[in-house]
Amino acid sequence: MNFISSVCHIQNNRIFIDGELKFEGTPDAAFTDFALPAFRNLGITYPKFFKMDNLCKLALLASEYLLRSDPAFEAAGPENTGIVLANRASSLESDRIHAASILHKESYFPSPAVFVYTLPNIMIGEIGIRYKITGENACFVSSAFDAELIVPYVNQLLYEQRVKACLTGWVELDGPSYEAFLYLVVNSAGTRKNSNFSEHSIDNINQLRTSSPWILSLKK
Amino acid sequence: MNKYAYIGPDNIISPLGFGTDLNFSGILSGRTALATVHPGYSKDPFCASLFDETIIDDIFEPLGNPLKFTRLEKISILAISSVLKRSGLDLSDPRTLLIYATTKGNINLLEPDASSEIAENRVYLPVFSKLLGEFFRCAKEPVVVSNACISGLLALVIAQRMIRAGLYDHIVVAGGDIVSEFTVAGFRSFNALSDEPCRPYDLARKGINLGEASAAVLLTLDKSLAGENPVIMTAGASANDANHISGPSRTGAGLLQALEDVLKETKILNPGFISAHGTATEFNDEMESIAFTRAGLSAVPVHSLKGYYGHTLGAAGLMESILGIHSLKTGRLIASAGYKDKGVSGDIQVIRQTDQKLLNSFIKTASGFGGCNAAAVFEREERLL
Repeated sequence: MNFISSVCHIQNNRIFIDGELKFEGTPDAAFTDFALPAFRNLGITYPKFFKMDNLCKLALLASEYLLRSDPAFEAAGPENTGIVLANRASSLESDRIHAASILHKESYFPSPAVFVYTLPNIMIGEIGIRYKITGENACFVSSAFDAELIVPYVNQLLYEQRVKACLTGWVELDGPSYEAFLYLVVNSAGTRKNSNFSEHSIDNINQLRTSSPWILSLKK
Repeated sequence: MNKYAYIGPDNIISPLGFGTDLNFSGILSGRTALATVHPGYSKDPFCASLFDETIIDDIFEPLGNPLKFTRLEKISILAISSVLKRSGLDLSDPRTLLIYATTKGNINLLEPDASSEIAENRVYLPVFSKLLGEFFRCAKEPVVVSNACISGLLALVIAQRMIRAGLYDHIVVAGGDIVSEFTVAGFRSFNALSDEPCRPYDLARKGINLGEASAAVLLTLDKSLAGENPVIMTAGASANDANHISGPSRTGAGLLQALEDVLKETKILNPGFISAHGTATEFNDEMESIAFTRAGLSAVPVHSLKGYYGHTLGAAGLMESILGIHSLKTGRLIASAGYKDKGVSGDIQVIRQTDQKLLNSFIKTASGFGGCNAAAVFEREERLL
């Protein structure tokens, strides 16, 4: 049986780990004005962060806040960890920037630094580079977070022993709205960080994402 | 739990032909879809594999009004329809799933001259997949895999796992991508485009050609849908280099990890050939040659099919797997188009000539931006019994 080890939520400029508020930005600030102080609050030096597009910044913030405080990740080892992510808007923010750069023949400046971010799985690549995570990858795109797709797939990866842990979730950014719901799944109850969390099942994940007390407070 | 994922009916829609048979016979006789093209959006001509849209529309007409669908939607619907028709399956059955692989979907809808008949929001992949879902009356929203250039192969890997886990009885894996100013300008900004037909693994290789195509294949538990000389997808894996977002690992680490995974899982000793990614960029081909060597596969014949189709992005891994399956079934080793002099440091045997040979299994690999890699093994059932 597989267990949820810890959970990160980022929405409305607030970052929660296992329901505990870890960082709060200015309530109505745009994502970019939230992301920078949220990153500085981590107290790390990682220049690559500044080159990333907003989707990857969101993914990196969520994984950084989550993994730094979860010993189960270290126990599994980055080479035995997979990353399975999903979202709705793919990489459309960077897609639109690249499309705008080739709109006018008189100001035609496509840039490789933008083009490389026109793929949603780049966020998996960025998290992988930061933590040396080399296990299984998958990036899905669906109209809403689909636990019925993600949960059985990740459980199968753990069951087949392809990974010992899997960084899983939803990282979505489209215009002003964004949401990261990222969690670590492990293959035994003993190694999980937070014993309040239970089995990695469709119901438990849906409940965690939509009706945990801190999520309800976030949505008020 | 030995549930086998049998390969059922398939279809390839490419500028080389509409249907797998035309595509397979085309590459057997050495035809390439690559040509010098000069679309209005490009200042300079370039080499690519492009559809003639009027032909697509003629063939699509019986299925729907061509003006109401994008080019990608039309070629995808054609490929999926053919597989459903020939397998007699219906996606409204909840034990049957559609998985769709694409790198960029309807990205051309971001361009200013996009047709007004088509809602702009179909650039969102879930809106596109909902359209496919409604067209085929799918019981479940089609699953979209968008994982750069490994999308097509990764979709097969995911489908095979779902079949083995007992989640579905039949999965239609489809995929497609088109060539647009968006991708041409992007790859050009990387200086990755070759102005002549690409030459994977060759000393004189100059980069990739872009291509457009769609493909679909059925993965099924039902052996009766596997036709004569059944083929089974016996293993699949993915791994990440965790090294660089736009360049492959110099040591081939991620691809090696994926290869070691599938080799361990299947225990095949002597694969008939490797259908590699072979984009003809300097770094990709070099990386693959190192990974194949490190995996102990130096003696195994290798080809890339990019010299026939260019790089069809999300469709590539899928259509190349389908062509490999037909090679296996008919005992044909296919030449790596464009190859003359070895231009990679690894010890690999690139196939120079299309030939007849008894083949029992092959390995398919793909690698892409974001450091992603995938590998899969296909075997003839006869050899497994």
